[in-house]
Amino acid sequence: MNAPDIIVVGAGIVGAACALELARGGARVSVYDRGIVAGGASAAGMGHVCVMDDSEAQFQLTRYSLELWAEMSPEMPAAAEHVYCGTLWVAADEEEMAEARRKAEFYLPRGTPAELLDEKQLAAAEPNLRKGLAGGLLLPADSVLYQPAVAWWMLNEAKKLGATVHVNQPVESIEDDGLHMGDGTVVAAGRVVNAAGAWAARLTRNTPVKPKKGHLMITERAAEFVRHEVIELGYIKSAHSGATEAVAFNVAPRPAGQVLIGSCRQLGVWDAAIDRKILNKMLRRAIEYMPGLAGLRGIRSWTGFRAATEDSLPLIGPCEGYERVWLATGHEGLGITTATGTAKVLAAQMLGRECGIPVAPYLPSRRVAGHG
Amino acid sequence: MSHVKMQGSIVVVGVGPAGIAAAWAAAEAGGDVLMVDNGAAAGGQIWRGGKALDRLSTKWLRRLERAKGIRRVGALVVSAEADRKLLLAETAEGGSVGVRYEKLILATGARERFLPFAGWTLPGVVGAGGLQALVKSGLDVRGKRVVLAGSGPLLLAVADLLREREATVVLIAEQARMAAIMRFGMKLASAPAKLIQAVVLKARLATVPYLTGCWVERAEGAERLKSVMLNQGGRRWRVECDYLGTGFGLIPNMELAGLLGCETGPGGVVVDARQRTSVEGVYCAGEAAGIGGVDKSLAEGEIAGWAAAGQEDTARALEGVRAKQLGFAAALGEAFGLREELKGLVTAETVVCRCEDVRMGALEGMEDWREAKLQTRCGMGRCQGRVCGGALEFLKGWTPAVVKPPVFPARVATMVAEDEV
Repeated sequence: MNAPDIIVVGAGIVGAACALELARGGARVSVYDRGIVAGGASAAGMGHVCVMDDSEAQFQLTRYSLELWAEMSPEMPAAAEHVYCGTLWVAADEEEMAEARRKAEFYLPRGTPAELLDEKQLAAAEPNLRKGLAGGLLLPADSVLYQPAVAWWMLNEAKKLGATVHVNQPVESIEDDGLHMGDGTVVAAGRVVNAAGAWAARLTRNTPVKPKKGHLMITERAAEFVRHEVIELGYIKSAHSGATEAVAFNVAPRPAGQVLIGSCRQLGVWDAAIDRKILNKMLRRAIEYMPGLAGLRGIRSWTGFRAATEDSLPLIGPCEGYERVWLATGHEGLGITTATGTAKVLAAQMLGRECGIPVAPYLPSRRVAGHG
Repeated sequence: MSHVKMQGSIVVVGVGPAGIAAAWAAAEAGGDVLMVDNGAAAGGQIWRGGKALDRLSTKWLRRLERAKGIRRVGALVVSAEADRKLLLAETAEGGSVGVRYEKLILATGARERFLPFAGWTLPGVVGAGGLQALVKSGLDVRGKRVVLAGSGPLLLAVADLLREREATVVLIAEQARMAAIMRFGMKLASAPAKLIQAVVLKARLATVPYLTGCWVERAEGAERLKSVMLNQGGRRWRVECDYLGTGFGLIPNMELAGLLGCETGPGGVVVDARQRTSVEGVYCAGEAAGIGGVDKSLAEGEIAGWAAAGQEDTARALEGVRAKQLGFAAALGEAFGLREELKGLVTAETVVCRCEDVRMGALEGMEDWREAKLQTRCGMGRCQGRVCGGALEFLKGWTPAVVKPPVFPARVATMVAEDEV
């Protein structure tokens, strides 16, 4: 039998990072995807690599991932376009400024650089923001990258270690005996990792992820129009309000000068078509914060599906109800950021590789137990 | 910036021959017609400049001028929503125009197909149709040496114009084989108007060498075009020139139809005998529904206009004319089909996507058009793959991706103005 030790289902950035880490750990790895490399949420995101503080576990995973990205960055090709532009959290009013201070007080003692900006410093950092904003918080260690190229590179590195990649191979379901394919055949494997993002729940049972649809638009080149990944702190309120639909001001620069405009969230929506209503709502929000955006030309818009979990933490570990099936999904908006950390957390469990953080907070069993 | 709201019971996008015929017929039938096009004057690419060129164009431009009940708005359609029956357009000044329609006729025409070869991005190398447009809008070509290369009848029309403007047309290099063109010529005999057109053109061009089975292998020059290397049946030679006009046939402009959800095929927007698309209330006529020339465009435009206005009988009466023109279109496509050898002109070093500077070699190993876009940024620039998409359709057999708004770059302010329509 020549079955691979481990099959990773999903050639997005999470699947690619896991495949590379597992291959580096000596496993014979195969990767399967229903479409092309990085063709799902990985094709749709902004490529933001950021530290987050919604929970201690989220902070641990994001900070650890940032360290891993920094180690990996020199190896990555130029096409990865990894740029340390920093994240700028914008506070519109005093209430949001208090949130900026709270974040700074969280990060600084934990050794994560963070810099509070007043109104003037904010205007100097991002001259195209509207006047009269309260201030902001700069996280200089955050970065952006071009995730489709990164996933491609990771899979190529894995291939050098003997991994195989099979694209345009729709998997119907994952069972302990392997992949059950659309054409009725079964592809056997020692173990299987379900890293299919928002689609993961269709492949395995006990996989509590839901799609959270997003829209983005990109403009023509406008050099220096935006310098950081810029997000409103109101995002915290809207993202956690429990509402099924939310928009927030969020822009990012592409290296050639185009501006990415986001963001919005629609929970439970599976329709890939552009929803002009929410797209426009998102664009209006962006214009409120950066009036000059109105004059830039949008050249393209698209949608994507994040894999959301109830507690906003990913599911990394054995899938409940199976002997040989594992999960690496549920990253919601942090799949790019935490791809590297996820790979370590997974490989620690599957191969006994070293991992810089405890794996317990991300185990899928935490959810099933909690809901039991 | 201003936002204007407009509406029409029948809205026509495009003011080329198909759009003019559609608007005229719809207005004749008593419809309230609104034409939307960013062009300065009626006529589209072929009757550009509004200057009466021949009896046919004179007749139709006059008809349009005299028709009652036709309004026009000069704005480029950038987005559309079939559910809400609305279009979103942008004026040259950056203002937005929201247009509501009951019936919509798409007459969005066609663009040239470019095929990359060494040196095709040198200044002095232009699209044949682009050169035609430049000359019509005042480019002085007196005494300039021009080589026209590629495929199709457009090369002849451009040569004719260039000679009229006192340029020296060194030669026309047509990639199709003589035998194929001869067969096509025989079929022309059944279409008298086309026959006269071809004879007139040939007589006027008698002094210009028309080489068949011939193509440009590379364009040469340091900072701008100096010469081209030609290949005819393996014989290679160099010809000096100031301009190279190149075009390998036409590609239907189907983006707006695609955004509206209309079914499209490789040859154009799919329509029935009344020019109805797969989307209720949306018609398509002319080159966008399949490349076939001005007579086909006029016939289809008229049919769409009458049909959209509810005059089914009048539309039906034109069925015979339409069928004949579709026959001509099929023969045209057959005669000027692109030869496999042209694929060999592209090397790994040849730039395919000019907007993002992507070379052919970078596309190796890419599964499809979407993967190429994601991994190499091919087709991700300003033109959104309108140029390289047509080339790669021929070179790699890649089909275009799903259309998403906007169909042309549009100010963010225009995009959000849609809420106010």
